[in-house]
Amino acid sequence: MIKAEWFYWLVGLSFLVMAAQMVADRSNPKRFGTGAFWGLIGAGFIYSSWVVTKQAPAEPLGVAVLLMACLAGFGFTGRGTPRTTSTEQRVASAAKLGNRLFIPALTIPVVAMACAIGVKHLSFGGEPVLEEGSETILGLGIGAVVALAVGMIILREKRISVPVQSGRSMLEAMGWAMLLPQMLATLGAIFQVSGVGDQVGKLTTAVLPKDSLYIAVVVYCVGMFAFTMVMGNAFAAFPVMTAAVGWPVLVGHFDGNAPAVLAIGMLAGFCGTLVTPMAANFNIVPAALLELKDQYGPIKAQLPTAGVLLGCNIVIMALFAF
Amino acid sequence: MIVLLGVLVVVIGFATKRNPLLVVGVAGIATGLLGGLSPGKVLAAFGNGFAGSRAVTIFAITLPVIGLLERYGLQEQARNLIARFGKLTTGRFLALYLGLRQIGAAVGLTNVFGHAQTVRPLAVPMAEGAAERKYGQLPHRTREKVRSFSASADNVGLFFGEDVFLAVGSILLITGFVNTTYGTHLEPLQLALWAIPTAVCAFVVHGWRLLHLDRQLERELLTAHVHDTAVVEAAK
Repeated sequence: MIKAEWFYWLVGLSFLVMAAQMVADRSNPKRFGTGAFWGLIGAGFIYSSWVVTKQAPAEPLGVAVLLMACLAGFGFTGRGTPRTTSTEQRVASAAKLGNRLFIPALTIPVVAMACAIGVKHLSFGGEPVLEEGSETILGLGIGAVVALAVGMIILREKRISVPVQSGRSMLEAMGWAMLLPQMLATLGAIFQVSGVGDQVGKLTTAVLPKDSLYIAVVVYCVGMFAFTMVMGNAFAAFPVMTAAVGWPVLVGHFDGNAPAVLAIGMLAGFCGTLVTPMAANFNIVPAALLELKDQYGPIKAQLPTAGVLLGCNIVIMALFAF
Repeated sequence: MIVLLGVLVVVIGFATKRNPLLVVGVAGIATGLLGGLSPGKVLAAFGNGFAGSRAVTIFAITLPVIGLLERYGLQEQARNLIARFGKLTTGRFLALYLGLRQIGAAVGLTNVFGHAQTVRPLAVPMAEGAAERKYGQLPHRTREKVRSFSASADNVGLFFGEDVFLAVGSILLITGFVNTTYGTHLEPLQLALWAIPTAVCAFVVHGWRLLHLDRQLERELLTAHVHDTAVVEAAK
């Protein structure tokens, strides 16, 4: 059985190798801090395998995570001069290779699709080929590995150090943004156990007038939107707002159609995901990946759409759910 | 009530543009301690959070191959390719991407597209290439705008496509939560059907904005061009 953990180890190992390259890169004025940051993340990826199975204590990893945050947060990381090709070389290479360049790039989505549709249902010797519940991660992981092999063959590139160096300079360019989604997932979990959700639920119930259906619809949708912005994730907001408003008031008191109320409520939360830096993997990481100067660029592009769609959700729920 | 201070730390931190890692670290520690966790428990929460959320960073596995292909001119070739489709403007191309992303997500193929695997290597150079074909070299501000809209097409397509698919996390979360808490028997299919009206709205609204982007680019770049010529004229 192919397991998701294998790909976490592969990511961890490549981070460790890249960290070694970073330390050796004299063009980076902060090479030790940069190497330490990525080295810690790489080691953390591997150590985590035993944390999730409870075979190793989580506290040392927690210390490492805070150390990573300090390294990047206080500016001890930087980037070297990427060893890569010039624009002229790239234009010449593109002219020579032509559309063959797309083959490895499209290998990732094609393999991911094959895993999601076909391989998911295969089993070998009585157990599934892909670990259950991790098919999307595995599709991406297998796709990337196959694409790398295909790419090396098509480009006749024999040195494995070339893709590793290219990946490393992309990591350096992205910097702290890479760690942010995982830090935020942690914050969400801490908010949960500390009772932030309960407090928000109580607040919402307190401000909600009991007799107006339309106000209740607006409070549920806007509440999902706003609380999703705070948590960075509609999944964390959904149980809180549904327990406070969605179920007791909209479904219970006003006799709403439960699937409509709940599905549209969740989508109102997704509008919040579009406009919050807390949803870093969707909004901040792409800004880093696309080398934008303005880290809020994607959020600004999404803001008007999110506002209009929140309105659409409120109208759809008010018209069709009751 | 006092645990909400952590939320305040986050809002102020992001609003004043402090480093997000520090903001989140401080907010997590403060909320945990105010919520009655021991310092050891807070550290464990950071460790468990990191270990349990590695899936969001797994896209890093695609970076070496993407970097390799870019080194050999993938983005340049994507520009060459788009140049052959004269009718495909930046806005039309991105609207097409939005539609494909949405349909893909609606049939459960959420990881086939994404910021690392399709937006950076393919969608962005094509969107930029379509604009460059018409206006020549793009100024930095325009480039940022085209890239931001490319990222937005991916996000909007994913968010408002995936709920139409039955076995996606959010649908299962709704049925799981409601069926266990309130003892109902909601079926994923009922919920997925109710995601369709919003999905249609999302395509219409964001698709319209992407098409509108063409007109915005035209206005910005033609005036910039006129401005440049005016400067040149004045210099004469």
